[in-house]
Amino acid sequence: MLIRSKPRPEPGYFGEFGGRFVPETLMAPLDELIRVYDRLSRTRAFRRRLADVLRDYVGRPTPLYFAERLSTELGGARIFLKREDLLHTGAHKINNAVGQCLLTREMGKERVIAETGAGQHGVATATAAAFLGLSCTVYMGSEDMRRQRLNVDRMRLLGAEVVPVDSGSRTLKDAINEALRDWVTHVRTTHYVLGSVLGPDPFPRMVRDFHRVIGDEARVQLKKQAGTDAPDLAVACVGGGSNSIGLFTAFLDDRRVRLIGVEAGGRGSRLGEHAARFHGGKTGVLHGTRTMVLQDDEGQIVETHSVSAGLDYPAIGPEHVWLQQQGRVEYTWASDAEAIDAFHLLARTEGILPALESAHAIAEAAKHAPRLSGKRILLVNLSGRGDKDVESVNDYDRMHAVAAAEAR
Amino acid sequence: MSAIDDVFMRCAREERAAFIPFLMAGDPNLDLTGAFLDAAAAGGADIIELGVPFSDPIADGPTNQRATVRALQAGTKLSGILELVARRRDRLGVPIVLFTYFNPLHARGVERFAEQAAASGVDGVLCVDLPPEEGGRALVPALRAQGVDAIFLLSPTSTKERIDRVARASSGFIYYVSRTGVTGERTALPPDLAKDVKRLGKRADLPIAVGFGISTPAQVAAVGEAADGVVVGSALVRHLEENAGHPDLPALLEDRVRELSAPLRQKAERRRA
Repeated sequence: MLIRSKPRPEPGYFGEFGGRFVPETLMAPLDELIRVYDRLSRTRAFRRRLADVLRDYVGRPTPLYFAERLSTELGGARIFLKREDLLHTGAHKINNAVGQCLLTREMGKERVIAETGAGQHGVATATAAAFLGLSCTVYMGSEDMRRQRLNVDRMRLLGAEVVPVDSGSRTLKDAINEALRDWVTHVRTTHYVLGSVLGPDPFPRMVRDFHRVIGDEARVQLKKQAGTDAPDLAVACVGGGSNSIGLFTAFLDDRRVRLIGVEAGGRGSRLGEHAARFHGGKTGVLHGTRTMVLQDDEGQIVETHSVSAGLDYPAIGPEHVWLQQQGRVEYTWASDAEAIDAFHLLARTEGILPALESAHAIAEAAKHAPRLSGKRILLVNLSGRGDKDVESVNDYDRMHAVAAAEAR
Repeated sequence: MSAIDDVFMRCAREERAAFIPFLMAGDPNLDLTGAFLDAAAAGGADIIELGVPFSDPIADGPTNQRATVRALQAGTKLSGILELVARRRDRLGVPIVLFTYFNPLHARGVERFAEQAAASGVDGVLCVDLPPEEGGRALVPALRAQGVDAIFLLSPTSTKERIDRVARASSGFIYYVSRTGVTGERTALPPDLAKDVKRLGKRADLPIAVGFGISTPAQVAAVGEAADGVVVGSALVRHLEENAGHPDLPALLEDRVRELSAPLRQKAERRRA
């Protein structure tokens, strides 16, 4: 009998995705980061310190909430919301920001930088930096600064410098370019608090590890509140993919649980109209990692569109591509219009304004719930709250009301 | 022995460093880039670095970012750049190194790229976001099989282990990034540059070219004292940008390349005298 041994996974890789595609200047500092992270993540004192901060400062555990009126309205599965929106600063991003800022202190660095799209990661990093006495610079596309003004003000009040990025599409991708340029220049004194499961190793696995508490908690809470630790379906939105990996990781080995990631379908299926990497992307290399990338035939990265700034990005975390290839996680998309509808649905039925990013997950849940029996459990990661999006939603509604009136 | 090796051997005999200008292919269009190649060679370029424009140039400062935008807006494609090299390389008599990001090569397929690059007469490939760990998987073997030099970078943060690794993976020369940071002109050279280059030269048995932030003849002369090659990029890109409406840009470029490379030749001549 022929026994074929499985190829040993390479460090920093998920199958053939991941790696470290960065300028030489960052390689030795990444080696150091890997050493420090691998040591600290096994150190009891560090883990205890992180757990204390997550409990006392960040506000963990977050509730698991049975959304009864939403479930009744949709008529089917029982929907549970993992309330990451209730965390300090209003989104899951703070889990990773405090983790990496603690790490920064351990490395003896005094300054952190971050990129931000919707502003949630920027706010979380500015917050963690203030909390730990680090100086903080946040890069943000000028288009995103316009649509997420509230978060810009919050970062500045927290003592962070917010630097507008005017290149390219003036969104998350361009903010990451600029953050990488800062990092390659100041790497000896500065840590880059990358905000998603993107970038060179160790970021994809490190950011995942800081967020896996989401799914770990949900599993225990479901057992207590619903009598099973296995939901029939778990849904989360996927920009870079940090909140979804945070939710999914606890369930990956449990084949009873169907997992769905929701990308931004934007306003159409043409390249440039959306940010659905699994629906139009090709394998490529962007921002330090080999992954699925929206690009043209020449390998130039294309611009993306989503009503939600946090999902408006042309690449996806490499582990997601691996999970998709293995058939463990399914990836679909919700359009701008569906996300806006879901925003209103949750506001109306539950008195919760979700972040537009999280509204994509609600939209997907709303498609499945009616087709499932009342015995089924549907778990949705409510990754952030929607205060920041009130203006965007109003603008969207007004624009479409005008368009509808003109069509009449 | 590659054409790049020949250049460094010749420069060593002449007891001077090689002068290596950088140009962004397609800025402002590929026709002019062709004329620029001739002009740079006439002005005293020993090797020419030709930039492949990429939408997300994370290792480049504002000057080269603007050049990238202009090149992409002009519709510059990798295939067009390779065709240009194929038309010019033999007549030019100066080796051409492509200075690129990895994704355009990845999109083409590294083996197909290596074949096409070799067929076009490209002498070396330098990929700024591809350390030898990743380059060793596919690109280096593909380039080697085609006889094209794979050039890697070292920087002030590189450890001894990394210097050895980069030296093993490289052929032609090693590109030393003079400081941590992105491309672009600086008023002063890093104080430890000569010492750093010496340290590298001891460990790595390849010529060392230094780039990033070198923009004046005086800086070229100073770096030429320590290194085997001197790269000037943004200063030339900016010179072309500032004179965009000029009727004879190639002549302007030739003059500037001559002015920048002159200190290296003058030194060699003084030594011989």
